[in-house]
Amino acid sequence: MRTTTLGMRQSLRGLHGVILGFPAALFTIGVLTDIAYLKTAEVQWTNFSQWLITGALVFGGIAAAWSLVALVLSLRTSIRRWRVVEFGALALMFLLGLINAFKHSQDAWSSVGALGLILSILCSLLALVAAFIAISGASDGEIAR
Amino acid sequence: MIRSTLSVAFAAIVLAACGRSDPKLNETGAQPDLPAVRQTLVPPMRVTSPTGWDGQVPTVPAGFTVTAMATDLQIPRQMLVLPNGDILIAEGRGGHAPALRPKDIIAGPIKKKGNTQVESGNRLTLLRDADNDGRAEVRTVFADNLDAPYGLAYVDGFIYVANQGALVRIPWTAGQTRATAAPQEVTKLPSRINHHWTKSLTVSADGQTLYVGIGSNSNIGERGLAVEEERAVVWAIDRATGARRTMATGIRNPTALAIEPTTGAVWAVANERDELGPQLVPDYLTSVREGAFYGWPYSYWGKKIDPRVRPQRPDLVATAVAPDFALGAHVAALGLTFATQGGFGGAFTEGAFIGEHGSWNRQDPSGYKVAWVPFVGGRPSGPPVDFATGFLTKEGARGRPVGVAFDPTRRILLVADDLSNTIWRIAPARVTP
Repeated sequence: MRTTTLGMRQSLRGLHGVILGFPAALFTIGVLTDIAYLKTAEVQWTNFSQWLITGALVFGGIAAAWSLVALVLSLRTSIRRWRVVEFGALALMFLLGLINAFKHSQDAWSSVGALGLILSILCSLLALVAAFIAISGASDGEIAR
Repeated sequence: MIRSTLSVAFAAIVLAACGRSDPKLNETGAQPDLPAVRQTLVPPMRVTSPTGWDGQVPTVPAGFTVTAMATDLQIPRQMLVLPNGDILIAEGRGGHAPALRPKDIIAGPIKKKGNTQVESGNRLTLLRDADNDGRAEVRTVFADNLDAPYGLAYVDGFIYVANQGALVRIPWTAGQTRATAAPQEVTKLPSRINHHWTKSLTVSADGQTLYVGIGSNSNIGERGLAVEEERAVVWAIDRATGARRTMATGIRNPTALAIEPTTGAVWAVANERDELGPQLVPDYLTSVREGAFYGWPYSYWGKKIDPRVRPQRPDLVATAVAPDFALGAHVAALGLTFATQGGFGGAFTEGAFIGEHGSWNRQDPSGYKVAWVPFVGGRPSGPPVDFATGFLTKEGARGRPVGVAFDPTRRILLVADDLSNTIWRIAPARVTP
């Protein structure tokens, strides 16, 4: 039996993936709670959405910063294209998520409305794309190998 | 990144511009200009930092003097002049609304910066100025351990106190400087959450009916409409039996009630909703009509729909009545007293003094003054005029007016200032021979 040790590189990749899991999951559940609010006008659903978006932004912000550092470190390598896509998705996700957090801070129906739902959907799509790229290994050069 | 930073900066500028009001609009009177609803992603928040008076006093019209009658109080709100001229001051801060949203956690501390840091007094302080020289020779704590007392009224040997959770009464005899009996409960008042905790109070001219103003549990229903049962209403309570009925509904936050002296009608000042724009919705002064629905939360100024409330209730909106007189958006009217027995005479003979605590939800502050609304025949007859100003300076807020009380016997107006924790006494200047 061969024992393997987890190298620094894999640990970092794993941690990045875990962090990225948060915005991917939280924004996506936020879409569901937004829909639940629009269907029922029950305040608890928009309250859920607001906390989900807040949590997604905290971890999404860390992930975006991480992704930017990774991009800068790989500017001269062949994997930079995937890292540009990953960082672009996360940066846009964070910006739209911030707007969405303010949108969701409005009172009652205005906390979601059509704009809130659209922003939630866009944020969750961007988070899923970024998480997919990172976890698939594309932005770590696994595809090229 | 640079582009997104620029666009965020641009958005901030646009938002700041949105928080500013248009001076061409008429914000007061029976038919105020009501601009279109303007919701912004970030609500304009401008909280003025407290600076203190530093020996200065409010500005009053020529021919009047103003002095600090009591200082170092513990958040003075409403006042009552007793039959023997003694003055009672309700002191305290109430409310126990839990933070439910990220917004509550962020906005709460910001708004607190505009308020006093003093602990809630939960008491009634008594002042006696028997020779009417503007200095209180007696100052005592009349009653203690109350639960955020606010509205005060006197009838027939009893001081009625509207605590945040119950209407209570304390027996009183002339000359007393300390309550000798514990407060007796007249009736419980709605107190769950108590987002708007102040319970305003007045008594009918015949002394038979007590009126209590009960504010809403949210800005616009964002805590769910289930917690708004018997909120945003005025109760009429039979003094003899304690039985109560709901006299008016949809009156978002009726912060002060008073009896208009020529007609005996109940009047209220009420604070309207936030975050629809710098000039929406006007706070108002209105007679409280029996059975009237004033729109909250579904509509404002009569039948103007608030887009934030779902499910909508067109059936209720169809019955909504507009209030009588707009005081201006976000002025935060908290005090109301009528000039009685000829008032100060001259321009201040018939009408109402209004204490305006001041705005947070617009870039150019409104309120922060005591306004006078002239009346003729028991109805407002002209635009509000400034009576006491100087609460706001370029550096910040020196004070914030709350309750106002006119004493016809001494011809003085008392103004409670809950930022500097002062009672201001405004009187006609003595004519020097």
